[in-house]
Amino acid sequence: MLKRAKTWGPSVLLLAPTIILVGVFVYWLIIENFRVSLTNQHTAKPSNKYVGFENYTNLLADPNFQHSLWNLLILTVVFLGGTLIFGFLWAWILEQPAKGEGFFRSVYLFPMSVSFIASGVVWRWLLSSLQTSQPGGERTTGLNRLLDSVGLGALQNDWWSNPTWGIAAIAVPAIWQLSGYVMALFLAGFRGIPDELREAARIDGCTEWKLYRHVIFPQLSPVMLSAVIIIGHMSLKLFDLIRAIVPDANTYDVQVPATMMWVKYIGSDYADAAAIGTILLVLVALVVIPYLWYTSRMEKR
Amino acid sequence: MATATVNNKNRARSAQDMASDAKRTTKRRINRTLKYALLIFFVIMVLLPAYVLFITSFKGTADADPSRAWYLPQVWETGGWVKAWTTLAPSLGRTVMLVVPSAIISSFLGSINGYVLSKWKFPGANIIFTLILFGMFIPYQAVMIPLTQLVSDLGVPQGIPSLMLLHIVYGIPICTLIFRNYYASVPDELIEAARMDGAGILRTYGSVILPVSAPGFVVVLIWQFTSAWNDYLFAAFFSSGRNGPVTIALSFLAGGQLTDYAASMAGALIASVPTLIVYILLGKYFVGGLMSGSVKG
Repeated sequence: MLKRAKTWGPSVLLLAPTIILVGVFVYWLIIENFRVSLTNQHTAKPSNKYVGFENYTNLLADPNFQHSLWNLLILTVVFLGGTLIFGFLWAWILEQPAKGEGFFRSVYLFPMSVSFIASGVVWRWLLSSLQTSQPGGERTTGLNRLLDSVGLGALQNDWWSNPTWGIAAIAVPAIWQLSGYVMALFLAGFRGIPDELREAARIDGCTEWKLYRHVIFPQLSPVMLSAVIIIGHMSLKLFDLIRAIVPDANTYDVQVPATMMWVKYIGSDYADAAAIGTILLVLVALVVIPYLWYTSRMEKR
Repeated sequence: MATATVNNKNRARSAQDMASDAKRTTKRRINRTLKYALLIFFVIMVLLPAYVLFITSFKGTADADPSRAWYLPQVWETGGWVKAWTTLAPSLGRTVMLVVPSAIISSFLGSINGYVLSKWKFPGANIIFTLILFGMFIPYQAVMIPLTQLVSDLGVPQGIPSLMLLHIVYGIPICTLIFRNYYASVPDELIEAARMDGAGILRTYGSVILPVSAPGFVVVLIWQFTSAWNDYLFAAFFSSGRNGPVTIALSFLAGGQLTDYAASMAGALIASVPTLIVYILLGKYFVGGLMSGSVKG
């Protein structure tokens, strides 16, 4: 017993700072946040009166919050769909060695190194639905202007200024920014498929489609899962980009739980802000915990 | 398909063979042209926002008309750049002061953790690792309210000091993950040999692990540098325009209903320069960090 304690004692000691920091800043704060969400602290004045799950039921009954959840769903679906399509397409084209491959890869990935706040500046302009009336008709700007001048005027739209689909416009810059990341994941996945496997399939007379259907796609599914988890949880947390593109945090059209939590915080409604935080945590945990469990099991095998 | 059947039927006729060969080369050539056309089309799409940033940042009143929105400036004005620089300069200095120490400290913590969790495992080490890892995925909104309280209770001043603490603490999970994956490739025999020589956990770290850690540190430092530089969420909750990092200053410059687009686009470019330089010079390691974000590496 003593000997065992001696061998793993130092390990635990070295990990101690991390265990304490993560224990306090992650787990204890999650509990504390949950506690605050059960109180009636709706103003800056401290209050510790417990109201049970009243804040949650009120939030879930609030049409604004319902709308923010609906927006979050649309955002996540469009964001995921877009990044997977572009990411896979780019990786698929670049998978075979080609001249200038490195250049294309670097360009597709570059938006990833820029902050949402910086890219939001330009996307705010691109996704502008403003029209200035001038002699000679209405004048648009940003992407609408570009679409008009290349003969695709029919595609002009209000972008994010739409209560139902506006949030999908926010997914456009998010897709622009993260497709390169998904491409990099898929490229790594392609590289992990042994050449012998493809050769064997080709010798067996597999058509290209069957080769993909039965050999390549199954091999890529773990990568695909990683991509879905990473993009999915980024989408649930997305905040910066919306703040950068839409000046007013309380804009109904693009409200998501993360921005609504900010609005509540600014308004000193700490209990509601904490409740929204907990709801977001539950949403993320539903996705991430099975994933972590799955990866740790895969590792054991 | 048609080519293949023709080919089988007339195997003997070499003229036919040559014709089909030529057909195949043309097909390949068309494929290749199509491929590059697609690749270049996507390059234009991806770079379009960068083009807009660049041209708009040099525009003055002469180019204010929306009809000129997508054209190069008629008059190249630097007024936007001057305004952006004077607005952002103080916050740029603060961001460097924030990002460099927090990247260094969290990567050291991550290195120690990764080492212990891959080479000196103890009962329950894997559970601890998964618990640490979960900290990487939590939406920070779920801890923000009590966190603001905790940071002020600890007496850490608003602005750079609080943000430094937060970037270190919440950077630990990803740094630990990257180093744990990285050290998994260090042969256990090296550790065993050091143990046989009577080296303890720290001596082994210093003599065996640290000397081979450089690539791991590059990946982690770049990752932490970039994510701390680009952070806005913590900055919004824990700092103000007066004491905050560049993302906050930029959001004030670009925010509001009436935006000076030349200045805010110049500001966006200025704020992105450091991370872009890192990406261009050390892209390989940057991608390495991205990959480890997918847990399995």
